[in-house]
Amino acid sequence: MIEIKNIEKHFGDVHILKDMTYKFEQGKTNLIIGESGSGKTTLLKILVGLYKNDNGSVLFDGIDVNKMKRKERKALRQEIGMLFQGGALYDYMNVEENIMFPLTMFTEKTEEEKLERVNFCLNRVNLDGKNHLMPSELSGGMMKRVSIARAIVMEPKYLLCDEPNSGLDPKTSILIDNLIQEITKEYNITTIVNTHDMNSVMEIGEHIAYINKGEIWWTGSKEDLIKSENKELNDFVFASELFKRIKNV
Amino acid sequence: MLKLLKHLGQYFIMMNKVISKPEKFKVFWKQLLLEIEKVGLNSIGIVLFISFFVGGVVSIQTAINMSNPLLPKYLVGLASRDSLILEFSPTMISLILAGKVGSSIASELGSMRVSEQLDALEIMGVNSASFLILPKIIASIFFFPFLVIMSMGIGMIGAWIGGLSVDLKTVDFLSGLKYEFTPFYVTYSLVKTVVFAFIIASVSSYFGYFTKGGSIAVGKSSTKAVVSSSILILVCNFILTNLLLA
Repeated sequence: MIEIKNIEKHFGDVHILKDMTYKFEQGKTNLIIGESGSGKTTLLKILVGLYKNDNGSVLFDGIDVNKMKRKERKALRQEIGMLFQGGALYDYMNVEENIMFPLTMFTEKTEEEKLERVNFCLNRVNLDGKNHLMPSELSGGMMKRVSIARAIVMEPKYLLCDEPNSGLDPKTSILIDNLIQEITKEYNITTIVNTHDMNSVMEIGEHIAYINKGEIWWTGSKEDLIKSENKELNDFVFASELFKRIKNV
Repeated sequence: MLKLLKHLGQYFIMMNKVISKPEKFKVFWKQLLLEIEKVGLNSIGIVLFISFFVGGVVSIQTAINMSNPLLPKYLVGLASRDSLILEFSPTMISLILAGKVGSSIASELGSMRVSEQLDALEIMGVNSASFLILPKIIASIFFFPFLVIMSMGIGMIGAWIGGLSVDLKTVDFLSGLKYEFTPFYVTYSLVKTVVFAFIIASVSSYFGYFTKGGSIAVGKSSTKAVVSSSILILVCNFILTNLLLA
């Protein structure tokens, strides 16, 4: 479980995150939704340690990250799998080397053991036999799946996804969403998905937090979301004609 | 001034991260070999090509300017040798490498930054600065002196051929090459090269590593890397010449 308590973040004079408190539950797909510029990515970057929060605390299974020693923080980072918007695969490595990289860096596994684990992860994301393709030879959806494989290769306890569906067609988006949800259930991990894709919200939204102007305005499940009377949330979620119709059914 | 201080501060913070024990020596060694190929081996062609022709031009120009019969013929070889060893090979080749290698380092790291590959490394717990920049610096420091030695050699061959084209006898050229040779000039040249190699690799890495924005920013970082490295090379050249030769 990941918990944030009274998180604050400023960039110069701009107050990005305002006194944010929330719990991301284990074994569930936790969604952070909100407009562009609402603070979603900043929050995610604080969670993974790329940004430092000005105030408040981030707790991973009850342990405050800011109070951890350097070694403990490094060990924690190896328990976090991250899926980036653009995949962030290393261009000069092929698929196999990309997925194997964390194993090479942080484990003492033999080449055979590493390869076995890589093949298992590739199989898990339905990319068997694509070991030797370079990132430039992959489609957007394949890139995301390789990125998922790399994120799960170390058997993480936490999976963080930054807009996993951006730039993907609806069919591939659903495939990626389902894959994220399956992995979450299978390994009972804490998954946080940062998105503004409403299809994803309806598909996998178990535990949703709506962020607006740096604050958490609403929390609940996808069922609660449809019934919600929160004006700002409705303006955001049901902006398109299709979702307006869903709301009115 | 404040901006310059900010850059200096950020540069030293980055270097502090860069100079740390590699996470795994096996992986570091692999990265180092990759960088030696990228920054060193891939530059041999351009270095040899430029050195050969500049050597030739230096000897032709010297020969033309020394047409006075009172001046000994061996001076062409002597002037070519000293200008190649003292200035052309270490400084001009470093300026050329600042353009070729420096822009490549800055754009490589810049693209990795904008495509979040550096963030991916950091999140995994890898010290991205040390993992990516340290091999580049070591590869440059290790390989640039070889490039400069090759440049000196091929430059002198170019100078000899240039001399032949203006009717300079081989025996005169060779006696000029050997005349009052000071081995310390080669040491001086290699010391300069090592300093310039460090400047090119670290300054270009700095601009690439701290790229912000998209593809246009990568281009800007690359330009800044080349301009800043070149300026620093020229300033350090002046200081080192004063310290080592004056």
